[in-house]
Amino acid sequence: MPKDATGVLSEIKKGFISKKLKEGLRGDGRRLDQYREIVIEPNYVPRAQGSALVKLGKTKVVVGVKIESGEPFPDTPNMGVMTTNVEMLPMAFPTFEPGPPNEESIEIARVVDRGIRESKMIDLEKLCIEPGKKVMIVFIDIDVIDYDGNLIDACTLGCLTALKNATYKITPEGDDIPLPVRTHPVSVTMVKIGEEILCDPDLEEEQMADARITVTMTEDGSIRAMQKGNVGSFKIEEIKKAVDISERVGNEIRKRVMG
Amino acid sequence: MGTPSNVKLIDENGLRLDGRGDEELRPIKITTDILERADGSAFIEWGGNKILVAVYGPREAYPKHTQDIEKAVIKARYNMAAFSVDERKRPGPDRRSVEISKVISEALSAAVMIEQFPRTQIDVFIEVIQADAGTRIASLTAASVALANAGVPMRDLVVGCTAGKVEGRIVLDLSKEEDNFGSADLPMAVLSKTDEVVLIQMDGELTKEELYKGMDMILKATKRINEIQRKALSEKYTITQNEGGE
Repeated sequence: MPKDATGVLSEIKKGFISKKLKEGLRGDGRRLDQYREIVIEPNYVPRAQGSALVKLGKTKVVVGVKIESGEPFPDTPNMGVMTTNVEMLPMAFPTFEPGPPNEESIEIARVVDRGIRESKMIDLEKLCIEPGKKVMIVFIDIDVIDYDGNLIDACTLGCLTALKNATYKITPEGDDIPLPVRTHPVSVTMVKIGEEILCDPDLEEEQMADARITVTMTEDGSIRAMQKGNVGSFKIEEIKKAVDISERVGNEIRKRVMG
Repeated sequence: MGTPSNVKLIDENGLRLDGRGDEELRPIKITTDILERADGSAFIEWGGNKILVAVYGPREAYPKHTQDIEKAVIKARYNMAAFSVDERKRPGPDRRSVEISKVISEALSAAVMIEQFPRTQIDVFIEVIQADAGTRIASLTAASVALANAGVPMRDLVVGCTAGKVEGRIVLDLSKEEDNFGSADLPMAVLSKTDEVVLIQMDGELTKEELYKGMDMILKATKRINEIQRKALSEKYTITQNEGGE
């Protein structure tokens, strides 16, 4: 029997979650700023140049990084290239359909991409082999294999691990060179339900959320990317609060996953 | 992004490339009712931006599976004309415009009384004729005017602006050069009366203090831009001296 096959949350469940929130607790007993268990398996796909399996609660994504040589963009002849793509596979959820990426997966991919790119995590200038002619291209591909909310954070965590462990070869016979990584971006995604701001929403919380916000920061405390999603709105004070939460919780997560 | 050394974005007098101060907006002009067929329309000129918005609906949502039994679905389609940018843009939706369409649709849904029109869609067609930085905010600002022009019931107008960081300073309403070579970009839009944020995105590098300063500057600017929106809407019903009377 499919669970939540319609993608619609029952009124009973909504009532339960709202009631719990009034007691300062979440449906699954978490605190408002508490993440679900994070399990990361680095080098999950040895054939890729960098990879990771991320389990964020019941959400599971596989990140694979391929690094190949190619041509730079004409306006950045001295820089390598990175691209990010997210596949929301039909196996991950009853209503996900095969085919070209929909607007949701494009948004997720672009928010994850912006977080990594604006953090200058990869030193793209070091990936230039011959200016204007040959650079290394970092393809980040993400498979969503099981969906229980908060894909943005699961994907960003996967990229962090996969890129940190990635290596590349300039020629097939060449030596493995570690991918030059400078910063460690962590995204923190929150949703607003009623008056409360919750970190790491699961599927049910996402379904009843008024609005969503993601704040990606680096270890130096600077904000690198933000994105508001969903139909609802945030008060200015709530956005400031979200930034504070992101800084605090993001630092904790960075410590936890970097060991 | 990144600052090439040969471009100086702020001069020794603290003025920007186009002569503006930190909190100065580019000229903004909005006109309504510029298209014959559409239920509502608006044209916005904001700096060098020229953007057309047409509204159709509420009308039956199609394909059927996109219908919402409780409310209308707002389908904004942001599109850039091939000739709107320096190098020809390949026509059709790319990943950037799909994302922008999504955040614009979501922002407008917060303002429109969508609950009054179950099973319908409201199409908001946005055509960027000429792009000059800040197109998503200019589009959204014009789109809410076009919706009001179409007579769609709304709680409030959506109004926005961008801020950014240029040579270490937080400035309002980035120009194209500042957008290209500045170090952060912060588009934000609010409901005009309540200041609730319905769109916010950021990329680049900002401290918390810089972010808050940018948000404050945008908030102040939205008051001025909202005046322009309201004026554009009421102008249609104003009888000018020459037309009135005998």
